[in-house]
Amino acid sequence: MSAFLSLRLKRAAVLSPPLLWTILFMFVPYTILFVYSFWLKKYPTFEPAFQFGNYLEIASDPQYFRVLLRTIKIALLVSLGSFFLAYPYAYFLAFKVKRPGVRIALYMAIVAPLWVSYLLRAYMWKTILGTIGVLNSFLMSVGILTEPSSIFLYNQTAMVVTLTYIFIPFMVMPIYAVLEKIPHNLIEVSSDLGVGRVCTFLKVTLPLSIPGIVAGFPMTFCLSFGDFITSFLVGGPDGLMIANVIATQFGASLNWPLGSALALIMLVIVLSIVTASDRFERFSEGKFA
Amino acid sequence: MTATLNPSALNPLAERPRAKPLSTRIKTIAERMSWQIGIGVILGFLYLPIALLIVFSFNTSRSLSWPMSGLTLDWYRKLAENTQLIDAFGNSVYVAISATLLTLIIGVPAALALDRIEFPGKGLFRKLMLLPIALPGIITGISMLSLFRILGLNLSLETVIIGHATALLAVVVTQVYARLQRLPASLQEASSDLGASELQTFFLVTLPNIRTTVIGAGMLAFTLSFDEIPVTFFLTGRDNTLPMYIWSTLRRGLTPEINAIGSLIVAISVVLIFISVLLLKDKKNSVR
Repeated sequence: MSAFLSLRLKRAAVLSPPLLWTILFMFVPYTILFVYSFWLKKYPTFEPAFQFGNYLEIASDPQYFRVLLRTIKIALLVSLGSFFLAYPYAYFLAFKVKRPGVRIALYMAIVAPLWVSYLLRAYMWKTILGTIGVLNSFLMSVGILTEPSSIFLYNQTAMVVTLTYIFIPFMVMPIYAVLEKIPHNLIEVSSDLGVGRVCTFLKVTLPLSIPGIVAGFPMTFCLSFGDFITSFLVGGPDGLMIANVIATQFGASLNWPLGSALALIMLVIVLSIVTASDRFERFSEGKFA
Repeated sequence: MTATLNPSALNPLAERPRAKPLSTRIKTIAERMSWQIGIGVILGFLYLPIALLIVFSFNTSRSLSWPMSGLTLDWYRKLAENTQLIDAFGNSVYVAISATLLTLIIGVPAALALDRIEFPGKGLFRKLMLLPIALPGIITGISMLSLFRILGLNLSLETVIIGHATALLAVVVTQVYARLQRLPASLQEASSDLGASELQTFFLVTLPNIRTTVIGAGMLAFTLSFDEIPVTFFLTGRDNTLPMYIWSTLRRGLTPEINAIGSLIVAISVVLIFISVLLLKDKKNSVR
């Protein structure tokens, strides 16, 4: 009995610090956010209430809906852009590179930028795309442009390019992990049976790599979906994201209840994407393995 | 006569690979070249901006335009004299080290618990703890800001540390948990059969076996914390971390001075990458 008790004590000792931490710093703060979203803004602060005014305001004011749609659109384009760059790259690594040294080097080349400051990676594109930036001055010095153009910076294209640049490693890593595990003889068999290479890719390689795509897509989507730093640097008013609106509510506008409501909407969207991809992963595991 | 007969006449398949030598070879070369060009474009997309960042840190002119006006080390000299920047750097080191230690102290037991202990609400516990991986940093930031407001805590570097530790917990837990899963249970059983207490088993058997993973996860947490903005943005008080300092300078305009800071960060990152690669190599050799 005492041995049983001491085992329980030891387990409690291992378990309680992380448990307490998660409850105090994650569960409680999210709950507070949830509660805040029903509060009432009373300038200069806000007061407890239970009303759906914040949600109603979001639903009735089309500007919130526009920002939300724009954020989803940009996040989708970023995921697609990263996918179309990441897939060939991962495919090349897994099937075309023969020497393991080269493969490791090329893999590291994709992952390494993750270690370089995220802020700097956004900043670089600001210096490249700006009116007095590298791209403009270069185009002028070669004679393509006669005066600096402002079309490169502060728009959604700049956002998509920069976010793709920042988050592409999160697409390459899972896709490569899956492609690497596909046995090469599976593809050889397919070509021995007279199936063309395009057909082999569409019928063998691509379906087998779906779990990697399903892991990479939500990751890049969620990361770009919640971004407000890049938008601030290269987005301009046209590239305003939902996270920027939330940041403003918690900052200058001092409307925490509305900000909380927006944050909860964001949370629900992110959670449903993560859950959906989780489900799919489990489903496909059962199917393929 | 029959001896000189071309064998391909009898076995048409045997000669087929050589049947269209030139066009096939051109095709292969063309294919290989298009792959190489494609990969080169992707690598260029990734590394040209970093190259430009470094190159422009040596530009004499204040503006970041091509062609460069001349080479100078002035911007690096300015960095060395910039006390605000040096303070911010010190703050970042303090925050990153504290946050890393905290995540390890909380995260390693958490991974152990997930791997070894069954308890009610385990599923929820795991989901909650791993949430920040997919969750935008801004949500961690504002939710903790709300908590600190209710607790009446003033924002400071310490609140930033708590925020970072919370956001990075998931990174440490996933890595350590994955390592624990690959660790044979027999090791632990042998240790306890030989009379070691659970504490002894942990420090003498389990921890040495997961050491490189813990160090690797710690380094990753350190880098991520050093670089963190979305959470810091909401939780910092008067003191700035380095990224927040850079952020506030960016609002005032772009100068090669930022490029100089950036180049130094790139240099430090390269060193860290090399260390982590070496650690990974070490792991490959030491595990069985």
